[in-house]
Amino acid sequence: MGKTRSAARGKASAAPAGPWGGRARPNPNPFEVKVNRQKFQVLGRKTRHDVGLPGVSRARALQKRTQTLLKEYKERDKCSVFRDKRFGEHDSSISPEEKMMKRFALEQQRQHEKKSIYNLNEDEELTHYGQSLADIEKHNDIVDSDSDAEDRGVLSAELTATHFGGGGGRLPGKATQQPGGGEEPPKSRRELIEELIARSKQEKRERQAQREDALELTEKLDQDWKEIQALLARKTPKSESGGRKEKPEPDAYDMMVRELGFEMKVQPSNRMKTEEELAREEQERLKRLEAERLRRMLGREEDAHSKRPKHLSADDLNDGFVLDTDDRRLLSYKDGKMNVEEEPSGDPSGGESREEEEEGEGWSEGGPEDSDSPDGHSDLESDAGSEDARGPDGLESDAEGEDASERPQRGQRPSPGEQLTRDDRAAARAELPYTFAVPESCEELKSLLLGKSTEDQLLVVERIQKCNHPSLAVGNKAKLEKLFGFLLEYIGDLAASDPPELGVIDKLVLPLYNLCQMFPESASDAVKFVLRDAMHEMEGTVETTGRAAFPGLDVLIYLKIAGMLFPTSDFWHPVITPALLCLSQLLTKCPVQSLQDVVKGLFVCCVFLDYVSLSQRFIPELINFLTGILHMATPNKQSQGYTLVHPFRAHGKNSELLSVSDEEDMATWQRRSLPLQWAGGLKAQTETEANHTRLSCLAVCLALVRRCVVAYGPLPSFHDIAQPLRALLTEHLSARCYPPTLQDLSRSILTEMESQPRHCRPLVCEKSKPVPLKLFTPRLVKVLEFGRKQGSTKEEQERRRLIHKHKREFKGAVREIRRDNQFLARMRLSEIMERDAERKRKVKQLFNSLATQEGEWKALKRKKFKK
Amino acid sequence: MEGDVGPGDARRALGHLVEAVLASRGEANAVFDILAVLQSEDQEEIQEAVHACSRLFGALLARGELFVGPLPSEEMVLTGSRGATLKYKVWMRHRYQSCCNRLGELLAHPSFQVKELALSTLMKFVQLEGEHPLEQPKWEGNYLFPHQLFRLVVGGLLSPEEDRSLLLSQFREYLEHDDIRYHTMQAASDTVARATDGRPEVPLAFWNNAFMLLSSVSLPRQEGTLSSFYVKHTELSDKWKVVHLKEHRKAFQQMWLRFLKHQLPLRVCKKVLVIMHDSILPHLAQPSLMIDFLTRAYDIGGAVSLLALNGLFILIHKHNLEYPDFYRKLYGLLDPSVFHVKYRARFFHLADLFLSSSHLPAYLVAAFAKRLARLALTAPPEALLMVLPFICNLLRRHPACRVLVHRPRGPELDADPYDPTEEDPAQSRALESSLWELQALQQHYHPEVSKAASAINQALSVPEVSIAPLLEVTAFEIFERDLKKKGPESVPLEFIPARGLLGRREDLCAQHFTLS
Repeated sequence: MGKTRSAARGKASAAPAGPWGGRARPNPNPFEVKVNRQKFQVLGRKTRHDVGLPGVSRARALQKRTQTLLKEYKERDKCSVFRDKRFGEHDSSISPEEKMMKRFALEQQRQHEKKSIYNLNEDEELTHYGQSLADIEKHNDIVDSDSDAEDRGVLSAELTATHFGGGGGRLPGKATQQPGGGEEPPKSRRELIEELIARSKQEKRERQAQREDALELTEKLDQDWKEIQALLARKTPKSESGGRKEKPEPDAYDMMVRELGFEMKVQPSNRMKTEEELAREEQERLKRLEAERLRRMLGREEDAHSKRPKHLSADDLNDGFVLDTDDRRLLSYKDGKMNVEEEPSGDPSGGESREEEEEGEGWSEGGPEDSDSPDGHSDLESDAGSEDARGPDGLESDAEGEDASERPQRGQRPSPGEQLTRDDRAAARAELPYTFAVPESCEELKSLLLGKSTEDQLLVVERIQKCNHPSLAVGNKAKLEKLFGFLLEYIGDLAASDPPELGVIDKLVLPLYNLCQMFPESASDAVKFVLRDAMHEMEGTVETTGRAAFPGLDVLIYLKIAGMLFPTSDFWHPVITPALLCLSQLLTKCPVQSLQDVVKGLFVCCVFLDYVSLSQRFIPELINFLTGILHMATPNKQSQGYTLVHPFRAHGKNSELLSVSDEEDMATWQRRSLPLQWAGGLKAQTETEANHTRLSCLAVCLALVRRCVVAYGPLPSFHDIAQPLRALLTEHLSARCYPPTLQDLSRSILTEMESQPRHCRPLVCEKSKPVPLKLFTPRLVKVLEFGRKQGSTKEEQERRRLIHKHKREFKGAVREIRRDNQFLARMRLSEIMERDAERKRKVKQLFNSLATQEGEWKALKRKKFKK
Repeated sequence: MEGDVGPGDARRALGHLVEAVLASRGEANAVFDILAVLQSEDQEEIQEAVHACSRLFGALLARGELFVGPLPSEEMVLTGSRGATLKYKVWMRHRYQSCCNRLGELLAHPSFQVKELALSTLMKFVQLEGEHPLEQPKWEGNYLFPHQLFRLVVGGLLSPEEDRSLLLSQFREYLEHDDIRYHTMQAASDTVARATDGRPEVPLAFWNNAFMLLSSVSLPRQEGTLSSFYVKHTELSDKWKVVHLKEHRKAFQQMWLRFLKHQLPLRVCKKVLVIMHDSILPHLAQPSLMIDFLTRAYDIGGAVSLLALNGLFILIHKHNLEYPDFYRKLYGLLDPSVFHVKYRARFFHLADLFLSSSHLPAYLVAAFAKRLARLALTAPPEALLMVLPFICNLLRRHPACRVLVHRPRGPELDADPYDPTEEDPAQSRALESSLWELQALQQHYHPEVSKAASAINQALSVPEVSIAPLLEVTAFEIFERDLKKKGPESVPLEFIPARGLLGRREDLCAQHFTLS
């Protein structure tokens, strides 16, 4: 019952003339209206039940029940139901027209099936859209229209009548005058419509066919034209246009226009930039990157920056740049740029890098991805023409050196000059295959690279990269990401080999850098992985013995490479910060036991100082280490103005590792750089060579001390930091047992130290904002409803609302059920009454007839008696 | 016994001999055969012989077939006109004696199996002898323990020749028993007391062994009757010294005092100091007796002093020790190596305790803060992460010291007034100085250190930072933490392209190193 009720409700709400439809009526019967009087008028309260129409609503409820409940009640004992099986009767999705069509088709089918199967003569009538084909053939040119446009203007009475006209009986006269049905008996309206529909559809089809024909023809013509065009292409466009003028054939022109329309259009592009613009752009880019770097170095939060990105990008960048003009790093950019602009080919290293770059581009052309660039063909001529315009671009790439490799898509654009070099290079390197699959493991990569010359190795790596550029296939990205790790491992192997193949590593750094630029995440993961490996190894030995030996050259090279791939000046960086800790561990946990350890330690110091070269951060371990090294080089240790810390001992077997006493060796020594190979393995040397190495190490150490003094000079307690160094250097000088160059160096360091300002300004805390007094602000509670519902939480209110609603609904449902029952009872009563009345009537009738019979019989009897 | 007999045969032969001896007294001379095998060179034969001896004398002890009482000399008894049984018993007791001596010698055997076997056999004899004492009880319920035999065992363990740590760790399980522990303490204190007798130089191995044995003695913490005895007694008497924890404590104290009386090698000294606060001081009857040792160690300097601090602290804190110039010495302990030694965590934990008093004078705290800041200039990052909050905590505890970081309108100075060479914190003029070192460390390369040092830029917050979790941090832990930390953005990249392994020309690596 509830079901019927809810259905009824839905209907009621859907009906626009709802319960209070009466209000909308112009003058409701005042006797039907019941007014619910309000005790108080409340402003803003919507009253919904002020006026009711009890009679109307009762009648509607009654009607609804008669339609639903009563029906159910009457059919309560019946099993069979009437069902309307007409096609699509209850389907509202089919339009009435379609419905009609389908019904017609079904009817036809039924008729057809009913035909006698033995009746061979009766051919089935072929129809199209319900229209006999024979008829269509007869009258196919009745409406002969080329296009829709012609048809559009026609607005005959007949057409309008058939299209829009109402019932069939409106135009009886005209229907008979139809051309098709003149002699035939007048068709029904339905047939007429169908005919019309069929006709128009047919026309449409014809028009379509015609258009297709035309298209086909045009295409054919296009093809012909193309064949001819190939011949015409040699001619100057002028003569071509001239020829066209001579033959003003409209079809040809149309074809041309259409062809031009179909031809692939060149994408609009920015105009070619001038030299100054390019330079400025490059400078802007560097500025932006530098500002970004500065921000990270100072450890400022990003959000301050990202709040107003638009504004900052315009003003703030310039400010940052101007402020930092004294930054040496930045100046060097400027210098480099200016240098290049003045004498583009003067810089030998720039020239070299250009050659390398050309190599890359040269055979990138030969690679398979050449076919991938669709505009390569058409660009050839235009590029040749705009060679001059591209000139500055070339220079620019010269100037930036590796800039082009940073933006590969630009670098891949071939220029004719490079094409020339390509051929002979390709010939020279015919033995190397052009395509390589990305190695799946490090061993595979090793097998690819081992035994080849440096150039070939580079070539192989670059070809692997180019053949598997992420834009070429889906899986390439993941593959190349792995390649970075493999390359890193390979470099480690190279460094660990004896002798270390540093030349190859030196060249492999470039592809590593490029890969890192492409996949920063995976590259950082790979670097982290190798660092963690190295640290774990060290941790093991440190835990057991409290110290560890200096690790192999590979770890040092990893650290150096990490510093080249990632910005070392960041306040915090996911790779660099652990790498810094790793360096610090090398300097604090590894005791220096041999000359090789000294070389390694000095290399670590160099890497460490390079890391902080921009940020000028303070490294206590480094000072300690340099102090220790200087201590080792001090021959007689009487004065103790300094203390050595952990890995170094004031006295012990290694405390005089670097001291040289041979006068002759000192005289013959010449200052030169330390070969990095020594860190990998120091060959047995003669005493003189060893002494020279010692002196070289000392020279490097002094240079590093000098660098530290310059870098840390501005630090507040610089003199306390540098105190042990100063003590050692004065001792050195007083001993006078070193070559004059070294003594000069020490002396200059000492003067540098003294020249640093000694100002000690007392520290002052930054003023912090005064903490505001605690105020007791009143607690504001939103008053939603007066009464007991006030002041509860939102959830509680919601719950109460639901409970209330449920109660109301429940009451309503009970009421409806009660009314249903009442209705049914009423119905049942009326049925019984009806039945009783019928019976009474029948009984009466019977009595009546019996009485009549009796009367008649009595009358007859009386007659007989009378007789 | 033939040398070429296989081990199985040897065992069977020895078994026969043992059974024969046990079966009849007439076969007693076979004991000599067994003892002869005990002298053998072959390891396996020795083991067999030890097994046989253990069975033989174990059975004899249980049967009471050994002479009880002070042992007369062998010739005297054998020549004298005594009963045959007595003669047999005396003779057998002498064999037992020689067997025990040999077993004691075997404790120095190169093979560990033999050593271990000898030890367990000796301990078995100790147990049996304790149950069936070989001396007359002087009165009813007299407590008897085979002191002589046990001294032999302890003496063997404390060998001056070689490191006996493995054997000592075996012996440790016997120390669970209260009586063994008590007698070990007695025997060990005797042995240790006589260690330097007549010898100018005692080898390090002896000290190591002695320390190993002494440190493995651990007394029960709570009072209670001691009842877990190795030697089974039918009933325990209250009159025995062994049952009282107080006696144990006395023995413990005597043992350690006698040990520490000697001039110990530094390494052993360190070891002792490491366990001092935890396992020695609480068990001593009179902890203040350790004062001599601790003050001596505190005066040595370096790591030993750091370690001695812990014991001294307990004495000062719990036993009312008055130590003059304690803070001055503590101040003296602060040198650059403090941050690099192994016991850094312990030292700073104690230093934190010592400086936690709010009654310390401001000059003292300021001197400590300044000294630590000065030392921090040479410290590794893991130490800095601990010492910077430490300094800040000092400043928080003593508001009078805040001038070190906040001195508005102070005159600009030409040099740091603080005198780092001054030993007396009162004279160091630390209060006139400022913590410029922390300002320098704000430029430290590690971000966390830099942040920690920047804490002084603002007014210090009121609650102290607990340094307990920072004490044990190692560089490797920081490394791992940094590796795991995820940045909010993607990994920033270097925008200056790489040139080669050594970098650009102005880089230091390129200046000072070449590839070949």
